[in-house]
Amino acid sequence: MAVQPLPILEMRNIVKEFPGVRALDNVTMAVRSGDIHSICGENGAGKSTLMKVLSGVHPHGTYEGEIFFHGNLVEFSNIKASEESGIVIIHQELALIPELSVTENVFMGSEIVKKGLIDWDEQTRVTSELLARVGLDVNPGTPIKNLGVGQQQMVEIAKALSKNVQLLIFDEPTSALNEEDSANLLELMRDLKSRGITCIMISHKLNEIAAISDAVTVIRDGRTVETYDVVAGMVDEDRIIRSMVGRSIDNRYPDHEPKTGEVLFAVDGWTVEHETIPGRLSSDDASFFVRKGEIVGFAGLMGAGRTELVRSLFGRTYGRYVRGRMSLDGQELHLHNVRQAIRAGLAYVPEDRKTLGLNLLDSIEKTVVSANLDAIVNKGLLDLDLESEVAERFRTDLRIKTPSVRAGVSTLSGGNQQKVVLAKWIYPDPNLLILDEPTRGIDVGAKYEIYRLIFRLADEGRGVIVISSELPELLGICDRIYTICEGRITGDTDARTTNQEELMRLMTLTSSTSHSRPTSEQDNSVLTGLGSN
Amino acid sequence: MKRLKDVLGGSIQQYTMVLALLVLVLIFQITSDGRMLTPSNFQNLISGNAYVLILAIGMVMVIVIGQIDLSVGSVAGLVGMTVAISIRDFGVPWWIGLLIGLVVGVAIGSWQGFWLAHMGIPGFITTLAGLMAFRGVVIWISGSISVPVPDEFSVFGAGYLPEWGPTFTGLNNSTLLLGILGIAYFSWAQFHNHAKAVKRGSDMPVWIPISRAVLIAIAIGYLTYLFGSGRPGTSFPIPGVILLVLVIVYHVITQRTTFGRHIYAVGGNRAAAALSGVNTKRTYFLVMLNMSFLAAVAGILFVGRATSAGPQDGNMWELDAIAAVFIGGAAVSGGIGTVFGSMIGGLVMAVLNNGLMLNGVGQDKTAVIKGLVLLAAVAFDVYNKNQGKASITGQLAKLFHRNDDAPDPVLEGDAVKAAAASAASEPGAGPASGPVEADTDLKNPIPGT
Repeated sequence: MAVQPLPILEMRNIVKEFPGVRALDNVTMAVRSGDIHSICGENGAGKSTLMKVLSGVHPHGTYEGEIFFHGNLVEFSNIKASEESGIVIIHQELALIPELSVTENVFMGSEIVKKGLIDWDEQTRVTSELLARVGLDVNPGTPIKNLGVGQQQMVEIAKALSKNVQLLIFDEPTSALNEEDSANLLELMRDLKSRGITCIMISHKLNEIAAISDAVTVIRDGRTVETYDVVAGMVDEDRIIRSMVGRSIDNRYPDHEPKTGEVLFAVDGWTVEHETIPGRLSSDDASFFVRKGEIVGFAGLMGAGRTELVRSLFGRTYGRYVRGRMSLDGQELHLHNVRQAIRAGLAYVPEDRKTLGLNLLDSIEKTVVSANLDAIVNKGLLDLDLESEVAERFRTDLRIKTPSVRAGVSTLSGGNQQKVVLAKWIYPDPNLLILDEPTRGIDVGAKYEIYRLIFRLADEGRGVIVISSELPELLGICDRIYTICEGRITGDTDARTTNQEELMRLMTLTSSTSHSRPTSEQDNSVLTGLGSN
Repeated sequence: MKRLKDVLGGSIQQYTMVLALLVLVLIFQITSDGRMLTPSNFQNLISGNAYVLILAIGMVMVIVIGQIDLSVGSVAGLVGMTVAISIRDFGVPWWIGLLIGLVVGVAIGSWQGFWLAHMGIPGFITTLAGLMAFRGVVIWISGSISVPVPDEFSVFGAGYLPEWGPTFTGLNNSTLLLGILGIAYFSWAQFHNHAKAVKRGSDMPVWIPISRAVLIAIAIGYLTYLFGSGRPGTSFPIPGVILLVLVIVYHVITQRTTFGRHIYAVGGNRAAAALSGVNTKRTYFLVMLNMSFLAAVAGILFVGRATSAGPQDGNMWELDAIAAVFIGGAAVSGGIGTVFGSMIGGLVMAVLNNGLMLNGVGQDKTAVIKGLVLLAAVAFDVYNKNQGKASITGQLAKLFHRNDDAPDPVLEGDAVKAAAASAASEPGAGPASGPVEADTDLKNPIPGT
């Protein structure tokens, strides 16, 4: 790697370990003063962890390696310390308080105080100045909740500027923005650059990286793959993709010969209204089917409605049912709650283990039987010996690494927790398994085992639906892939013949009406109201 | 040790509490010149605290689902008064009065369960309203005057088991029988479990169950002697028998039935429970209903002991019951707590009350000591959990949770630990992932509840 002439930031040999996982493995990178430096990498590559190390979220002492800022060794013990030296992170999910005003949010934690009281006049004056600098034309007294997402992001940046920021880190800044807001944000980043503020941008969106970057660093599996200078507007996207994905992609998925049979699960015209916004459809006339032994992928961008669709099918645990029919093995199903869904032979493994999949206070054995308690009831009482036996069987079968099935699930690593969740849903012996992001947040080795398990479940004649945000994963394990956009199924592709580009095109196939509608910065609320039909 | 751990609910704090209870008894025995461990004192201790312990059985279930019931004292008072008035003013037989009381308890429980489960009003508010309203009703219908109850009720509140059989035992034979049954059951359970363990391939030596059985026999044997050797006509008190039966029944319900599992599931992670097929509304409803039912039982026991229902009966009982549950190792955030632990917690409070009284300590100082004991017990619990589990990074991850958004796989491990370790882990702790919309879904996984 070329040593940069004037690095504002240098990170050397950063190693960060979590129980069971080495998240960062000797990451070294340098950022030149005044650059816009992009960091790319797949989900879980370690980008966010690296930025957390930099900003003191993971304090000094919890990682190995050295960080130099302006040439000086820095050892931040918390976020406040990094902010004081001029490093500010703008997070994916905004950390503003909705009920408070723009001014209050900008000065949150660093209020201007005179004689023990907050100097509101001064705060408002400074806020107005900052808002002008980021090009946001709103009253400083406006509550945050009345602003659109793009505007809120501008407030975050204004807040960062109030702290005399020198290095501004954007973590997936445009993931929640529409195109116009994204364009505004990129424009603002260029403007900040011209004022001498260095920016680091973590992004998945290669077109944005290509548009504004001066340098690119690619991280894969916790290691820096390469860092190189680019000229904004003339970036070789393929080179980034190649280094992001690496050569190991070929053997990341076990071999599998599908044994598909007749149609097992069919959904017809499934339409569901959004949980809180009446009139908006989370699922719009969705029709699809799954064969016996078939692994079907659902691809879609965040917010496309994949999870909403499957959860509305799984005992109506999401949204308000409008119309549509589903059948399993030719029998029409009318499922009104989860219990009925489980009895009918459906299983849904939710996307978020911690908040939806597990009771972290439970032991492994209690978790394994928790979706099928009736199976261990003997004369009205739970048979605790049978419970242990069942758990032991799954422990051996799925190779769950634990000293005892009586251990708490919170003691397990992410991959083993996921195996426990899978065991919980295999135990009811379902005909159709819906796996929502089954490999999120687990390491490569555990992923391989989960894939093998998915293949085994399919080979036993079950239908499997896999929702994943990682297209290579879907291409690697599925037989067919449906693409979903704005609640509609926009494509049905053969996984052996399609590719990421085609899927991406189908995933962004929005209805023409919502695309051509003028977007107004002031009127985001109206826009979301009209955004559906 | 593992089995014992199972019996005690697996919490270090509960071992400590059992020990603390024994130490307390011994200290008071010494400082009171032997007035602690006498038959009459222990008989009084049990019949004078049975009602609080019964409330604690229901309260631990309420706390495990992550709620609280502040109204139990008022409900107990209202039920006692209803029973007394229906017998005095409407001339119904005593047992009809008793049934009316239980029905009133169930009706009140349905009312509170409805507001919590179906209207989504937090239990704290629902039952705070109940605390005020039901107390008002008690004073209203009684005109602020105590109402006597028939003598039959004193059996429930202060009665003793019958005397029968030979006198050479030197004990009350009912108590003796109870003790022998207890020793027989627990010894059998030891050997039964040992046999099962050996069958599964454990190499647990046979002296372990034997020594355990001997210890249990000594403990129960001593208690049998203590309760059975009082002046003639006394025995292990009837309210104690009722309490024992309820403890066994509710221990089985909470530990060995699907409903019990559902209680812990809802308290531990409501969204996950709902997605596993648990009817969360029904669970909330039934737990609240059960609490008021047990409050009714407690109220009836109390008027039996007092021989009349007073307008202030039950005042502040809810606080004693809640304290018992927390001293017994339950977590404020729900999901953790056992009936057995709560009984130990309740007995610690009872022994404190009793022992301090024997030592001539006034009500004022007793209240101070009880308050500090509650604080110390829970602080000890929280300290242990933090020591045991959360790493420094875990703590920090939790601290910065607000900023901790990225779908970063590795951080989650620590955040989980921190969340699990903290007794007060707030809902939604741990990094959320995905865009704003997805996040909203996580927080409101099930509509309407």
